[in-house]
Amino acid sequence: MPPSCIPEHSAQEQLTLSHEQRVYQATAELPNANGYFGRFGGQFAPETLMPAISELIEAYQEARKDPAFQAEIDRLATYYVGRPTPLYEATRFATEAGGGNGPRIFLKREDLAHTGAHKINNALGQALLAKRMGKNRIIAETGAGQHGVATATACALLGLKCIVYMGEVDIHRQSLNVFRMRLLGAEVVSVTSGSKTLKDAINEAIRDWVTNVDDTFYIFGTVAGMHPYPMIVRDFQSVIGREAKAQFAEQVGGLPDMIVACVGGGSNAMGLFYDFIPEKDVEIVGVEAGGHGLEGTKHAATLVKGDEGVLHGSWSYILQDDNGQIIETHSISAGLDYPGVGPELSWMKDSGRATFAAITDEEALEGFKLLCRTEGIIPALESSHAIAYAAKHTRHLGPDASVVVNLSGRGDKDMHTVAEALGVEL
Amino acid sequence: MSTTTQSRIGETFARLKSEGRTALMPYHTAGFPTLAMSKEIIRALGDAGAEMVEIGVPFSDPIADGPSVQATSQIALDNGTRLPDCIQLVRELRAEGITAPFLLMGYYNPILKYGIERYVADSAEAGVDGFIVPDLSAEEADTLRQECIKHGRDLIFMVAPTSTERRLSIAAERGSGFLYCVSVKGVTGAREKMSDSLGEYIERVRSYTDLPLAIGFGISKPEHVNQVGEIADGAIVGAALINALNAVPDEEKPAAAQAFIRYLKGEALM
Repeated sequence: MPPSCIPEHSAQEQLTLSHEQRVYQATAELPNANGYFGRFGGQFAPETLMPAISELIEAYQEARKDPAFQAEIDRLATYYVGRPTPLYEATRFATEAGGGNGPRIFLKREDLAHTGAHKINNALGQALLAKRMGKNRIIAETGAGQHGVATATACALLGLKCIVYMGEVDIHRQSLNVFRMRLLGAEVVSVTSGSKTLKDAINEAIRDWVTNVDDTFYIFGTVAGMHPYPMIVRDFQSVIGREAKAQFAEQVGGLPDMIVACVGGGSNAMGLFYDFIPEKDVEIVGVEAGGHGLEGTKHAATLVKGDEGVLHGSWSYILQDDNGQIIETHSISAGLDYPGVGPELSWMKDSGRATFAAITDEEALEGFKLLCRTEGIIPALESSHAIAYAAKHTRHLGPDASVVVNLSGRGDKDMHTVAEALGVEL
Repeated sequence: MSTTTQSRIGETFARLKSEGRTALMPYHTAGFPTLAMSKEIIRALGDAGAEMVEIGVPFSDPIADGPSVQATSQIALDNGTRLPDCIQLVRELRAEGITAPFLLMGYYNPILKYGIERYVADSAEAGVDGFIVPDLSAEEADTLRQECIKHGRDLIFMVAPTSTERRLSIAAERGSGFLYCVSVKGVTGAREKMSDSLGEYIERVRSYTDLPLAIGFGISKPEHVNQVGEIADGAIVGAALINALNAVPDEEKPAAAQAFIRYLKGEALM
C-alpha cells in the first residue's frame, strides 16, 4: 500500500519546544494559523482576495479531513498518475560522477509521473478541491509550462474550464508545452507586462482571480504565494518524500544521508523534503539556478543571494534591487527562473535545517548530458541542477553514503533549449 | 484611532461635508510620463480643484492594478523613478505652497526595503498626509500603523464588495483618514458603468464606521462622481485620468489633467 497523498497533521503544542525541536518537529507544526513559517509567509494580498483566501483555507481544511476526498486523490494518484514513482539507483551515473569513491545515488523518478513532472500531484489535488468547492473556472500560471500542462490535464480529466497565464518570453522558449496545453483544451494567455516571465504570469493570474473571484479557482503551482498556498502545494507534493522514504527503507534500509532537489519556487523540493524535516541525520540540500554566475544579476539564486521582502503575497527571500523593485532573473531553465521562493524554504534556510547552493547554466548542462549518457534518462533542465549538484558536490560523503535526488521532470520539453545551448541546429 | 479630524485629510473631509460637497481625489503615478512632468500634472490637478491627490509609487509587480496604471508604473520605472523620488516630489510641491492633502499609494516591498519607520518619517516630513498600501491587509499592517500614529498621519485601508463583516470591522477599527471602498471585484481601471449594488454595499460599510468613505475603481464620468457624491464622501479617479493623459502628447498632459478634473466636476465638457 503506497503512502497516502495527504500528510497527517497533528496539533501538538509548539510553544514549549526548544529551537532544535522546533526545527526538526516542524512537520507537524507549521505553518501557524496566520500562515507563518517562523517569520516567513503570511497573507499580503489585495483586500478583494482576502475573503476568497479564507474560503479556500476552510474548504481545504474540510477536504483534508474527508476520507472520500483522500480516497479520490489516492485513486487518481495510483491509476491516473502512476504512483508510486520508482526510486531508482543510478549506479553508472554515480560511478562516473564519484570516480568510484562517491556515494550511491538514487533518483526519485517524478519524471515518470503522468505529464512528465511532479507538477501533476498538486494540480490534480487542487483541481479536485476546486470541483468540491463548485468552482468550475480554473486559472493557473506557468513558467516552463509543466504546471500549465499539469493543470490543463487535470481540468480535461475533471471537465473544468482552464485558462493558463504564461509570459511571452516563456511561450517562445517552451512552445511545445504551449501546444500541449492547447491540445488539452486550455486557453493560453500571453502575458506581456514586466519581464514577461513567470512572475508576471503570476501577477496576471492574481489580477484575474481578483476580478473573477466568485466562480474562479486559482491553481497555484508552487509553494510560494499567500497562505494557504505554500501549505496546500506542499501537502499535495509531500507524497514524493513519503514514497522516497519508504522506498529507501525497503531497498537499502534506514535513511539516506542526503536528499537533494532543485529550487525555483520550491514545490518539488518541499515535496521531497517535507517528510525528512524531522529526520535530523538527513542532510537537506536545495539547489538554485546560478544562471551565468552569482556575481551579477543573471541568475535566480533567491535563497543563496537574495534578501527578505514581500512578493506575490508572502514574506520570504526575494531577489530585489536597492529600491525594493523585483529583479528580472535568468536561468537556462524556465521553471527555475523566478525571483521569489516558498516561505517554508526560507524558514528552512534560516533555521539551519537545509542548506542551499547554486548550479550555473553550464554546470546544469553538464549534469544533463552526464545523466543522458550514463543512464539513458533525459532530465528536465530544472532537475539537471540537482543532478549536477549530486555529481559535483557529494563525493566527500564517501561510498558508504546514499544520496536521494529528486528527478522532478523529464527533459523532452527542453530539447530546443539544450540544442541551442550546445550550438546544434534542429 | 477611528476618527482623525486633526489630520489634514480629516479636516478636508469635515470641511467638504459641511459644504455639502464630495472630495474629488485623482490618482497619478509619480514619474509618468517623466518625474518633472508628473510634478506639473499633480500641480495642475490641484489647480483644477482636486481636493486630494493620490500619488502612485511605481512598482515592478503591481498585482492590484489593471493595464492603464501598470503601464504608467512601468514607464516611471524605466525613467528611473523610485520611492525616494516620490517623497522628494511631495517635498517640492509643498515648497511651492500646495496645501491639498497628498496620499502616497505604493506596494509594500519598496516600503520594506526603504524601512517602514524611515518611510513614514521622511514622507511626513516632506508633507505626505496618508498612506495606502494595496497589498497590505490590516492584519499585517501593525508596524506601519504604529509609525503613522506616531507621526500623526493616516493609514488608509481598502474594503471591497467581497469583504466579510469581520474584515469590515477590522478595517474600520484600524484604519484612519477614510476607508477606501473598492467599487468592484477587480483591478484598477476605467469602467462604463458603476455597479448597481454600490449603494447597498456603501450602506453596509457605513454601518461599521464613522470614517469618511471614498469610492474608487472604475470612476470615469461626471455622472459617476455625482452618483458617488450621493452615497459617499470622496471619489477616487485613476485609470480614467491616465487614459485622458494618454490621448495627448506629453507637453499637453498638465493641461489635459486640468481639463479632465473640470470635466469630472461638471465645469467643462470633454
